[in-house]
Amino acid sequence: MFSEWKFTAKEIAEKPDLFLSGHRACAGCAPATVLRLIMKAVRGPTIVTNATGCMEVVSSIYPYTSWAVPWIHTAFENAAANASGIESALKILKKKGKIKHEHVDVIALAGDGGTYDIGIQALSGAVERGHDFLYVLYDNEAYMNTGIQRSGGTPFGASTTTSPAGTVIPGKLQNKKPIADIMVAHEIPYVATASPFYWRDLITKARKGIEVDGPAFLHVFAPCPRGWRSDPAKSIELSRLAVETCIFPLWEAINGEYQLSTPSKVLALAPQKKKPVREYLKLQGRFRHLFTPKFEKLTEEIQRITDERWQRLLRKCGMT
Amino acid sequence: MTSQEKNWKEISPAGVCWKSSIQFLTGDWKTYTPVRDLEKCTRCLLCVLFCPDGAIHWKPEKGDIEFDLNFCKGCGICANECPVNAIEMRLE
Ligand SMILES: Cc1ncc(C[n+]2csc(CCOP(=O)(O)OP(=O)(O)O)c2C)c(N)n1
Ligand code: SF4
Ligand SMILES: [Mg+2]
Repeated sequence: MFSEWKFTAKEIAEKPDLFLSGHRACAGCAPATVLRLIMKAVRGPTIVTNATGCMEVVSSIYPYTSWAVPWIHTAFENAAANASGIESALKILKKKGKIKHEHVDVIALAGDGGTYDIGIQALSGAVERGHDFLYVLYDNEAYMNTGIQRSGGTPFGASTTTSPAGTVIPGKLQNKKPIADIMVAHEIPYVATASPFYWRDLITKARKGIEVDGPAFLHVFAPCPRGWRSDPAKSIELSRLAVETCIFPLWEAINGEYQLSTPSKVLALAPQKKKPVREYLKLQGRFRHLFTPKFEKLTEEIQRITDERWQRLLRKCGMT
Repeated sequence: MTSQEKNWKEISPAGVCWKSSIQFLTGDWKTYTPVRDLEKCTRCLLCVLFCPDGAIHWKPEKGDIEFDLNFCKGCGICANECPVNAIEMRLE
């Protein structure tokens, strides 16, 4: 099902960027790193379609484009519908002999707002119809491009402009929606989670998602210093801490079979290496209120939710 | 439709961004500049991989990396992730 593509850092560094310098993302934007790395995973001609959101805006400010591949943006809610149309058109063109390439791959990109919330209908439909494409969710955990509004992907306790921590509420009151599990429930061949600190794992999974026949879903953790009110230098470190605290475990589900990926498997086998969630939370201004006497108890609640979700994942992976 | 207006076949189907962003320099955004200690650097290339701006290049012919300050926004990810602390962010 998958090629055994192995690569070194040098080989990746030597591959030309397909997501180019000169984009207007904030300094320290991890979603931009994520796109650079994912575009290193392509195997040939590739078409990208992008939902509205930071990565679309920063890479297509007229007349500039940061894409060295064909790229299309239409609207916020329909990256997956675009991908369906592109893939169907490619199929017909190939049938008519108008495309000679063995593969032309299709990647849909969207943020958390564009995936968990407004884009889920198009996404669910596209994968149910079985279109052959890779959907990449870069999850910066809020609607960043319009000013940090909470989404279905914003975690419990995070302060956003529409879930502001103050005297009334301690940030968002609801949990993060388990979007990748929802995609596994669609019985598609490939679903995985990834985080840019683990760049090799991320690139490998992107390539697997491209190679697999049928729909693939890749959920990538993508720290946003602007919206998380964190130090721009710490974006990649946060993407490591989220894994080390089991807030964002790394796994893949191939034909519905869950398995932990190495960085998380290490923690399952040696639980004493798992870090407390406070180490991750304390680096971010969006959780600052959780370190005041009024809301202090909530870090324990976040630890409890994290542990519960981690145990549930271990059971799915047959690791308990 | 007036005689001056173009018909639908003549107009572009959508806005087309035609100029590569490598012609748009973002280097003047920075407050801090990365300075590398050539002795300490092991050329592991992690900074090349993690840079959100693709502003650090691996030059195989030189066997070394090169910072492109025309694009570096000074975020400091390279310095933070360098396993041997070979990069320092200096106030411009
Ligand atoms: C139908 C529609 N509603 C609202 C908007 C305004 N809008 C543009 S970008 C955006 C936020 C996108 O959030 P997300 O998908 O999380 O991407 P991010 O900006 O965080 O990368 C919104 C609400 C829009 N473009 N279209
Ligand atoms: S707001 Fe966040 S996601 Fe958007 S460009 Fe800035 S750092 Fe990146
Ligand atoms: Mg977002």
